[in-house]
Amino acid sequence: MIKFDRVTKRYADGTVAVDDLSLEVPTGEITVFVGPSGCGKTTSLRMINRMIDATEGQILLDGVDVKTIDPPTLRRGIGYVIQQAGLFPHRKIVDNVATVPYLLGWDRKKARDRAMELLERVGLDLKMADRYPFQLSGGQQQRVGVARALAADPPVLLMDEPFSAVDPIVRTSLQEELLRLQAELNKTIVFVTHDIDEAIKLGDRVAVLRVGGRLAQLADPPTLLARPADDFVREFLGRDRGIRRLSFVSDEGLRLRADLTVSVSADVSTVRGADESWLAVVDGENRPLGWASVKDLPETGTLADVRLAPYGTFVRGRDSLRGALDAALLSPSGSAIAVDEEGRAEGVATREALDEALGKVAGGVGA
Amino acid sequence: MHEEPLVRWDWIGRNWPSIQVLLEDHVVMALVPIVIGLLVALPLGLAGVRWRWLYQPTVGVMNVIYSLPSLAVFIVLIPVTGLATRTTVMVPLTFYAMAVLIPAVVDGLTSVPDHVRQSAVAMGFTPLRRLLQVELPIAVPVVLAGLRVAAVSSISLVSVGALVGRGGLGYLFIDGWQRQFYTPIIVGIVLVVVLAAIADLLLVLAQRLLTPWSRARGAA
Amino acid sequence: MVAGKGGRVNWLIDFFGNPDNWSGPDGIPVRLLEHLEFSGLSLLLAMLIALPLGLWIGHTGKGALFAILSANAARALPTLGLLVLIVLLMGVGTIVPVLIPLVALAVPPILVNTYEGLRGVDPDLRDAAYGMGLRGSEVLGRVLVPVALPLILLGLRIAAIQVVSTATVAAYVGLGGLGRFIVDGLATKDFPRTIGGAVLVALLALIVQLGFALVQRVMVSPGVSQRQTIR
Repeated sequence: MIKFDRVTKRYADGTVAVDDLSLEVPTGEITVFVGPSGCGKTTSLRMINRMIDATEGQILLDGVDVKTIDPPTLRRGIGYVIQQAGLFPHRKIVDNVATVPYLLGWDRKKARDRAMELLERVGLDLKMADRYPFQLSGGQQQRVGVARALAADPPVLLMDEPFSAVDPIVRTSLQEELLRLQAELNKTIVFVTHDIDEAIKLGDRVAVLRVGGRLAQLADPPTLLARPADDFVREFLGRDRGIRRLSFVSDEGLRLRADLTVSVSADVSTVRGADESWLAVVDGENRPLGWASVKDLPETGTLADVRLAPYGTFVRGRDSLRGALDAALLSPSGSAIAVDEEGRAEGVATREALDEALGKVAGGVGA
Repeated sequence: MHEEPLVRWDWIGRNWPSIQVLLEDHVVMALVPIVIGLLVALPLGLAGVRWRWLYQPTVGVMNVIYSLPSLAVFIVLIPVTGLATRTTVMVPLTFYAMAVLIPAVVDGLTSVPDHVRQSAVAMGFTPLRRLLQVELPIAVPVVLAGLRVAAVSSISLVSVGALVGRGGLGYLFIDGWQRQFYTPIIVGIVLVVVLAAIADLLLVLAQRLLTPWSRARGAA
Repeated sequence: MVAGKGGRVNWLIDFFGNPDNWSGPDGIPVRLLEHLEFSGLSLLLAMLIALPLGLWIGHTGKGALFAILSANAARALPTLGLLVLIVLLMGVGTIVPVLIPLVALAVPPILVNTYEGLRGVDPDLRDAAYGMGLRGSEVLGRVLVPVALPLILLGLRIAAIQVVSTATVAAYVGLGGLGRFIVDGLATKDFPRTIGGAVLVALLALIVQLGFALVQRVMVSPGVSQRQTIR
């Protein structure tokens, strides 16, 4: 656990970057520091590994004041990832990753083996190992940056806007990679960003800081979205926080109907009389194919002869209510098809079912 | 002789007119190569930016020229340009100036950020106007930094010409050596250093005038 | 004095073809060794002064303005003037008088390029290096110097070439080296000798130039040198 105890950073010219900050970063969780520029989020992060020293207060790492530890020794036990990756241009990728193991005096072979293992783990082709940083794309460099930070298996990882400089598609894949890694590794991660969406996506807990280095609110994302502490946090969260909150509401309460799916091999005559205007058509393995409009069915033949309308699915038990709502909006029927992890249809969430689930969220805190 | 003071001021007073002649000669021989060098380096540098394949060979040739000892070149030139003429001294100095200035012009022009160049194109600048009004002004600090190095070494190198009979203030070194007399040597050294300092100062001032936008960011 | 191209080639044949010029105390091998001694010693001394100073200033940022200003002032010192003054003051006999102006010539490019090389390293790289727990000396030795190496070597190359070229003037005050051929040739109107000496010095400078290109290729990481050619 990392504990900030009344920490203040005041520069010689009187500027206060961080003002009386007290908070705890729990072990094995991702805590995100988020806020506008000038809110002291990066300063706070850099005080943990003593790249900057606090003026007042204490930062305790598992109960030990970081100021009592020699900075290089402290830093070798803490992974550090920065925006531009900061890879050493004169060293091959594998040696970049092995930097801290080398510093710690590991055997060369062991360090390189460890580096190769990590490159694989962060999703890089091992062919990259013998290249130099300038031969890699920005997203690949950032993956190397993460691998390098993890090399000596530090319990704590500090990440300073690590994904800000890459394009949105690469950023999304890097974010997902981080969540996947964290599920395996359970590091204590402090992550700094100015992007509230990134904070909400990645953070187990989010600390919103305001200009002048004061903590505005520290909460888990659903609480933050549901109950912003004040106008500043509300404004910083943005307009559509209601919708975004649905990401944290499980789809488990959603009622599914099993009677709205029909096999593609069925004869049109068997479904013509249905009470519904839309039916979800599935193949022999129960995978969705599309929506059939009941009133536009042809005179004869099977459902294979029917032109199907587009559809949306959500994975039951994994996607949130937001995923289900999104799937419903992609279908002309206004209903979403629920599938299992293998993509087989489990049933249909109708407008009425979605309505009912949304109604439960609207009042309470949800989740 | 060795008990006498390091500097005899009366000698300076008596010989000032002839020192002045040497000073003028020195200034001309140092300045002309820099001006010609710059006039040649600008188009060559531009060509090097436009046609990248041209740049490496040009720099290679300039590196070779730069490594030729000035005294050696003076001597090889004597049969062509004559002993003790200004030309003999100025020709190699012109090439040295070019060797410093061509890379400076190329570096300066390539230091223009791509987005600036692109937006100039997008706003409809013709290539010539873009060069004169956008790219050259942005290249000025780098070119002037090269010019400062070229000017100082040119002023210092002229004096070597004294060994082939024409070295401006360098004559004072020969004179002092032959007569075992400190004063002219010290006067020569001081005047060369002062000349170099004045040239450097003027170039710094020129940069301030030419690039007022960079002043806010502090001197280069 | 009027000579065609053929004439000058003949001068070279006269000089290099004469076996007397290849032996004895005034032969090419001896003069070449003397020249290498002045130049090598001066360069070594200049490196001992300028490299640690440049590394320290570039790494700490302390005293930068002062060092750069004095380096620029030293660039303006006329070597010939300095040489004759020092020889008059100290007398001949040792090679110390010739070392002083040559060291003064070599220090500025080494100092300035080392400093600029270190300052030019991407600040993110420093940050990452410290952040991973490298100590100050490790940041300097393992990150800053390898990345700044092309500029540091450029400074050394400029210094070496200037020293080799300028060591010629030592002959003027009666010292040895390849400059002897030039100065003696001038004094006795023996042009083949003068031109031959000039050609020798030029060849030596070119060899130094090539040598540094080779050193650069061996010492600079491809990750650094190739990145720069792309720009």
